[in-house]
Amino acid sequence: MAEIEVRLVDVTKRFGDFVAVDAINLEVRNGEFFSLLGPSGCGKTTTLRMIGGFEEPTHGLIELSGQDVTWLPPYRRNVNTVFQNYALFPHLTLGENIAFGLRRRNVKADEIKKRVADALELVQLTGYEDRKPGQISGGQAQRVALARALINRPAVLLLDEPLGALDLKLRKQMQVELKRIQQEVGITFIYVTHDQEEAMTMSDRIAVMNKGHYEQLAGPAELYERPKTRFVAGFLGVSNLLPVKADGNADAHAVLRLPDGTAARAPRALMNGHTGPVALGVRPEKIRLKAPADEVGGQYNRLEGVVRDASYIGVSTQYIVELRDQRRITVFEQNVERATKAELWAPGEKVVMTWLPEHSFVVPDEGVVEQVGIAAVE
Amino acid sequence: MGTFLKHHRWITPLALLAPGLLWLLVFYLYPALQMFMASFWSGSLATGFTFSLSNWTNYPDAVSTYAPIYLRSVLYAGAATVTTFLIAYPLAYTIAFKGGRFKNLLLFLVVAPFFTSFLLRTVSWKIILSDSGPVLGPLKAIGILPQQFHVLASPMAVIAGITYAFLPFMTLPIYVALEKVDFRLVEAAKDLYAGPWRPGGAIVGAIVGGVLMAVLGFVFNTSPLAFAIVGAVVGAVLFHFRVSESFVRVTFPLSISGVFAGGLLTFIPAIGDYVNAELLGGPNTSMIGNVIQAKFLTENDYPSASALSFVMMFGVLIVVAIYAKILGTEELSAAAARA
Ligand SMILES: Nc1ncnc2c1ncn2[C@@H]1O[C@H](COP(=O)(O)OP(=O)(O)OP(=O)(O)O)[C@@H](O)[C@H]1O
Ligand SMILES: [Mg+2]
Repeated sequence: MAEIEVRLVDVTKRFGDFVAVDAINLEVRNGEFFSLLGPSGCGKTTTLRMIGGFEEPTHGLIELSGQDVTWLPPYRRNVNTVFQNYALFPHLTLGENIAFGLRRRNVKADEIKKRVADALELVQLTGYEDRKPGQISGGQAQRVALARALINRPAVLLLDEPLGALDLKLRKQMQVELKRIQQEVGITFIYVTHDQEEAMTMSDRIAVMNKGHYEQLAGPAELYERPKTRFVAGFLGVSNLLPVKADGNADAHAVLRLPDGTAARAPRALMNGHTGPVALGVRPEKIRLKAPADEVGGQYNRLEGVVRDASYIGVSTQYIVELRDQRRITVFEQNVERATKAELWAPGEKVVMTWLPEHSFVVPDEGVVEQVGIAAVE
Repeated sequence: MGTFLKHHRWITPLALLAPGLLWLLVFYLYPALQMFMASFWSGSLATGFTFSLSNWTNYPDAVSTYAPIYLRSVLYAGAATVTTFLIAYPLAYTIAFKGGRFKNLLLFLVVAPFFTSFLLRTVSWKIILSDSGPVLGPLKAIGILPQQFHVLASPMAVIAGITYAFLPFMTLPIYVALEKVDFRLVEAAKDLYAGPWRPGGAIVGAIVGGVLMAVLGFVFNTSPLAFAIVGAVVGAVLFHFRVSESFVRVTFPLSISGVFAGGLLTFIPAIGDYVNAELLGGPNTSMIGNVIQAKFLTENDYPSASALSFVMMFGVLIVVAIYAKILGTEELSAAAARA
């Protein structure tokens, strides 16, 4: 296993009475693209600023490359930051901006020159060194900020929503480029974002944060397929969550009974560690719709309902299916078998929803919201 | 009307400028022209004045007679501008970055002296600094200062008076410039290894502290060298620990426009000032403003007074042009950060 580059032990930050970061324990591995993902105000920036040295933890410990840096000022930490607003020095040329860190470290002039040229090439801005920050576009400013940080070859690069100010198209382009650069330089990236898609496409691992702590830390696929909490299930993509009661086991599966008595199955291992009430989750695209008369294999979970709404999106169709107890389930179906509008399931039609038990997940259920994350559909 | 304006776009800026231009024309250009004419006069109030271009000799006469006083004015105004800057910059910095919710109160306090008349303020300084006044009196009584010691009528009194009088003119523009400095840029500099200013802080601190204290030593007629050494040490320590490289490379360069404006707003009125020299100075500290004032109002020697004024005006223009060349360009802030 790769060595640990950044370690947070019980790191807490209070502003007055308000707990912005609540006893976080975190280990970021060497060379990893690590993301802090969470809604606005959950403490992502504060966490990053403590790693950078701009904020002192109220208590806890921060280690960089095995060294305790909790009380070191930013200029004595081997990390660099790409700020959300880029924070380029307006009075200096791009070349001087990029050379700033090396100059402070008294690197020789001819080496600075060479490294600035390399850094500009890395971010594809060769020939721009004499421009001022006021004379370039947002995307270019973003690259300069990146070059200015990377040229110092820090152990860790901190990025606080670096693409937040860019339009969607440029954002996508820069995501690819950032990932390329990260792989090229092999530096550990800690990346803050509230955009789940961005975090999913770029990260090796993601910590999903909520209210000052993280709810789950895992790779993108695991977070999506096996969310551990309601919050994670709702924050990453769309989830259908149904309150269930555990009702013994069948083979490798746990049997979970819905309030109306219908049984559904989920991998038995998912029940480990749950003591209180649980909810069964399934992603909308994992569900297939069948006519009540259709043959359904015994290996599938099945749930009956009535189509209430069908929205044709082009690549797929989003259905809202109502269960007998009026709970609503979201289903995405690829427009393959039913490709034209006329062939879609129509509101009012009775359907059977089927999915594999392996596509289920289980989260603790505080029993409030039936379905979360609808707003995340874009 | 709309299409008319569209086809004559030059009208709008002209209309907006008109009141200002008119004002300048009536209250500045006309008197200036009048005075320019007067500088080519000869004669006296009793005999009447006559205009002749051959009277251009008024200029060399004025300059050769009063050259030392011109020089003194430039020195005093320059020294006062420097001390004003040294006081105003930390003041503006503190208000801008540490003022918190007291910012407005502190700014008010900076301009509060303006609520009293300029003359009255200077007179009260005359009282405060007088030979047996509330400051020197007790110090002499307990023997710290010799009986013949005085502050008034010394260059320092005049420079200090000017410094006091123009402090707000320096502080406010610097404050405005500092206020606009994005604190995230300072964080970015720290992120990029800008720590304590080593070794520049100690060196600059030693120079500033040494020079200031040496001057004080001269004024108090005691050992300037000892003063200078103490000043250098204190300055070095202070700057070393309090001035960071992020300030030198980012905050200060970004506030240079304020320093530039403050410098002009202090230096230009200071060079023509006569109130401080009149009230706080003595016969050996009179400035060009005092001479002009005497010529105009006491001796009624309008031609000399006018010529002196014009020489001063051009002198200031030249000094300002040089100053602007050095300090006024955006290259400078970059150079400051680069050095
Ligand atoms: N200096 C401060 N003083 C008081 N409260 C603060 C301070 N900085 C942050 N907070 C609070 O701490 C909480 C976490 O802030 P933080 O900036 O870390 O959020 P975030 O996750 O980065 O959000 P966003 O996505 O909106 O940037 C917020 O509720 C914020 O109001
Ligand atoms: Mg933030």
